[in-house]
Amino acid sequence: MSLDPVLAPAHRERWLRRALANRSFLVGLSIASLVILMALISLFWTPYDITRLAVANRLLGLSAEHPLGTDHMGRDILSMIMIGARNSIAVAVVAVAIGMGIGVPLGTWAAARGGWVDEVLMRANDVVFAFPSLLSAVMITAIFGPGAINAIIAIGIFNIPVFARVARAGALALWPREFILAARAAGKGKVLITIEHILPNIAGLLLVQGTIQFALGILAEAGLSYLGLGAQPPMPSWGRMLFDAQTRIAIAPHLALFPGLAIVITVLGLNLLGDGLRDVLDPKLRRER
Amino acid sequence: MSLLAIEDLTLSIGPTPILKSIDLSIAPGEVMGLVGESGSGKSMTALTLMKLLPDGARVDGRALFDGVDILAAPEAAMCRLRGREIGMVFQEPMTALNPVKTIGEQVAEGIRWHTGANRPDAEARARLMLERVGLPEQKFPLTRYPHELSGGQRQRVVIAIACALKPKLLIADEPTTALDVVLQKQILTLLRGLVEENGMSMLLISHDLAVVAEMADRLTIVRHGTVMETGETSRILSEQAHPFTRQLAEASTHVPARARGLEPSPVSEPLLEVRDLTRNYSLRRSRVFGRETMFRAVNGVSFSLAAGQKTALVGRSGCGKSTLARMILALDPPSSGSIRFQGEEICGVSEEALRPLRREMQVVFQDPYGSFDPRHRAERLVAEPLHLLNQRPDARRRRDLVAEVLEQVGLSPADMDKYPHEFSGGQRQRLAIARAIITRPKLIIADEPVSALDVSIRAQILDLLADLSDSLGVAYLFITHDLTVARAITDTTMVMHEGEIVETGPTEVVLGNPKSDAAKALVAAAPNLKMSLEKAVARATRD
Amino acid sequence: MIPYLLHRLASAVATLLLASLVVFAVLEILPGDPARLMLGLNASPEAIETLRTQMGLDQPVVVRYLEWLYGMVTGDFGRSLTYSSPVIDLVEERLAVSLPLALMALTLSTIIAIPVGVFAAARRGRPADTVAMGLAQFGVAIPNFWFALLLVYVFAVGFRLVPAGGFPGWGETWSSHGQAFQALVLPAVSLALPQAAILARVTRSAVVEVMGEDFIRTARAKGLPQRIVLWRHALRNALIPVLTIMGLQFAFLLAGTIIIENVFYLPGLGRLIFQAISQRDLIVVQGVVMLLVASVILINLMVDICYAVVDPRLRDGR
Repeated sequence: MSLDPVLAPAHRERWLRRALANRSFLVGLSIASLVILMALISLFWTPYDITRLAVANRLLGLSAEHPLGTDHMGRDILSMIMIGARNSIAVAVVAVAIGMGIGVPLGTWAAARGGWVDEVLMRANDVVFAFPSLLSAVMITAIFGPGAINAIIAIGIFNIPVFARVARAGALALWPREFILAARAAGKGKVLITIEHILPNIAGLLLVQGTIQFALGILAEAGLSYLGLGAQPPMPSWGRMLFDAQTRIAIAPHLALFPGLAIVITVLGLNLLGDGLRDVLDPKLRRER
Repeated sequence: MSLLAIEDLTLSIGPTPILKSIDLSIAPGEVMGLVGESGSGKSMTALTLMKLLPDGARVDGRALFDGVDILAAPEAAMCRLRGREIGMVFQEPMTALNPVKTIGEQVAEGIRWHTGANRPDAEARARLMLERVGLPEQKFPLTRYPHELSGGQRQRVVIAIACALKPKLLIADEPTTALDVVLQKQILTLLRGLVEENGMSMLLISHDLAVVAEMADRLTIVRHGTVMETGETSRILSEQAHPFTRQLAEASTHVPARARGLEPSPVSEPLLEVRDLTRNYSLRRSRVFGRETMFRAVNGVSFSLAAGQKTALVGRSGCGKSTLARMILALDPPSSGSIRFQGEEICGVSEEALRPLRREMQVVFQDPYGSFDPRHRAERLVAEPLHLLNQRPDARRRRDLVAEVLEQVGLSPADMDKYPHEFSGGQRQRLAIARAIITRPKLIIADEPVSALDVSIRAQILDLLADLSDSLGVAYLFITHDLTVARAITDTTMVMHEGEIVETGPTEVVLGNPKSDAAKALVAAAPNLKMSLEKAVARATRD
Repeated sequence: MIPYLLHRLASAVATLLLASLVVFAVLEILPGDPARLMLGLNASPEAIETLRTQMGLDQPVVVRYLEWLYGMVTGDFGRSLTYSSPVIDLVEERLAVSLPLALMALTLSTIIAIPVGVFAAARRGRPADTVAMGLAQFGVAIPNFWFALLLVYVFAVGFRLVPAGGFPGWGETWSSHGQAFQALVLPAVSLALPQAAILARVTRSAVVEVMGEDFIRTARAKGLPQRIVLWRHALRNALIPVLTIMGLQFAFLLAGTIIIENVFYLPGLGRLIFQAISQRDLIVVQGVVMLLVASVILINLMVDICYAVVDPRLRDGR
């Protein structure tokens, strides 16, 4: 939480060496890669076909055939978690992309332009921040209809001011720096300076924020689908699995355990990755954490 | 017997050795000057004495203070020593005080902690102390917060904290480096007075030989964590026996040899002409519906510069000289007035129309670290102003041009592929100069270009600037608070004070025989090694 | 101090007005006729017409906005169709659950997080710090509704210590107060712990950062021991980021309890709005959303005032 958002230079060899020595980064990267790998594998193969219901096999405990058991419709939990990962990742990634794609240009524009543009954009930011994000996501998905696409949009909208704020703060700290003044003395315009100097220097900040929002997006998607507003059945999602598990918690607690663990491990991995990245990109901040 | 005796002090932080077998002793009532360039380990010596070293520091050796070995003392004993027996003044007054506590609280805190005095008594003592350092209660009540004080005033508060309990030893670590010369003089006088009144010893740490020479009875000169020479100030400076001492002394009085080629002819059209230039900044309104209060940073400034002329703009910090520079560079719009460069108005002109003018006018900044985008290679950084050419050179031509200027500034064309962090401070300043001359400008504005550099490097950069002026015929507007620099390199000097230019003339005249009060104050306060030496010799013979 | 406060107040009012426009506009630009939307596809044209008049939909937009805004300011939030009672009464009833819940969760999270954060910062790099921050790292990753399910399984299903869900109402007697309180314990804990994890991390890094400042060295040079410096000099300076996060969390707790209230079947504000949305009761949605947004803005304003109390630099100037 340092106030100096400008990341120090990262240079290839040193960057790599620091990354390999950073435990948070390595653990986070491994977890995140595993989850993504799991989601990718599920595109081609899952242990069982989850569209085929086998009520005879319902609510089985852990076994060699079903390592994580089966749910109330006899579907294999492991297969459902693998496909659920796909859904979670897709929603969170697109939501981050929406937030970055709109928020970063707005934030850097506000910082470069200043004056009323900055004032208006920041006021608009305040307004969006005043709407509790989950509440508004619930409103958006409920009004425009539940589903993965609307969940993405709802979560993405609330990523915009976050990235706008981070990009603006980073850019504002850079504009008075002497190397920017030198670029201006070299006749470069605001757009060119933003592309050549500002963006590369705030890329690290944005990357770190991106992993944080990625993790938050996964939590938000789980919440929405728990409320029945995210991906719709038969598409499995982690939040929906938890909802289904709730009424059966007394008889089959494992139904609640594994989807929850999947969320925790994924979010933990992404947070560790974000922490690690921050340390790797900016060793200056490391001692402060 | 000496108050402090450091014997064979060795310090390393992690794998890096910082100090190698330092010996240093201070007698009661003595002022010891510790001089060295950046990275010589002088600040770490001070922190070792306070035992406030960063994590991972390993110390060996002995440091006897009043008969107690500080290095072996437990933390509880150090807490009794710090503030009571040893006081410390730091370099950066802007951050040395807690922003959420009043100055009264901060001065009284140490008094209460060590003496167990109750709040009113401690505050009474704090009041006296603050008055002694020049902050009388009528003007500076104890309830002031640090942000309501200027840098010089904050440094006085830090001194009050350090001296509140009349410690036996005062450590002053670069106490005036962040201040301008006039404040420097005041703070040094204050320190000298406090030391003499209370019979304190002082360890005065500085990179500036002239500052220390004026204050110290004895000197210790360090380099790369090793003591080079130690002894009486007058002897060390008059004999200059050690080659490093000689190098330091020469560098700090260095004047580049000049060819004195083309004298600017007064008849020709001026290169730069500034008329009635004013710049206001709006301060925050004091009342919501009240009128905005304006701060006039630059007030009705007029002057002109001929082609090839080297002009210094000197003044205290905050006098508006950097604002003026930015307006001339068209980086900051003036509130009123006009700036004509090569006969063309640059105020209120579009960026497109400025392009041909920007080509003729480049800039060198103070901070060799902040002047370059850390993510670009030297080639791209130096070539950045080529953006101003109507016909952009192709990649090969660009490399040739960069190679040429790199050689001109004393770097190698092979340096082109390095990143800024791979260069030293002095090399980076050469790089900044290379960037400034690549478009062959007529005017270079240099904003404190050598004040962040060690004296030996500073001398080299001044030589380079002088050479370039002769070979390229470029004019300089040289902004500095350091009169030695102005004297070294410029023909004309303008003195700026509170937003106005109060005196202009040939450099030797202005600095040799100043007329205005502002110029007189600057000249009187400027540290001068020769005069310091004379004083030191006088002191030594008197005793 | 006064100019700062007035400035913050003015910007809060501006944000509030803009937010009210957004709330009004979102429901205005909904696809289809609001009256039809609310009554469903099978409603008769007469019923829709009646509702349109009742909602004032036959009037120009500006008039409707101003009337709605006036109603908001004077406490007239309109009448709910599904509950057939004034929205303000519904809100009052539901706040009796949501507000105590939010306050309990915030209190719990604060009294856990701040000591843990300061403790970890004071022992930076030592095992205690590593363990505390490792746990916090986990806490941040736990979705609160899953944590709630685990708590239900352990304490309600397993030990049968507390009810698994529902809310008996506050009642009149002490014992009914006690039962109501008991019903809120698990929801409060499941809300508080993930929040506490975030707050503890923020507190720790704020304190660690302040401990690296120059003025801490000045305080140490006075002879104060590390422990005293931490309490007297570092904490107050570290308070600003901590306050910011606490403000955000309280806002989240007021509105973000939708899921937790669903897990525990609590008749709170979140559940009210969730049901109102699914029943297309737009008047309730508008009223409650506006109320929640207003309270978020109010909390932010209070946080701003706290800033000025903590940091004298904000009182005058910026």
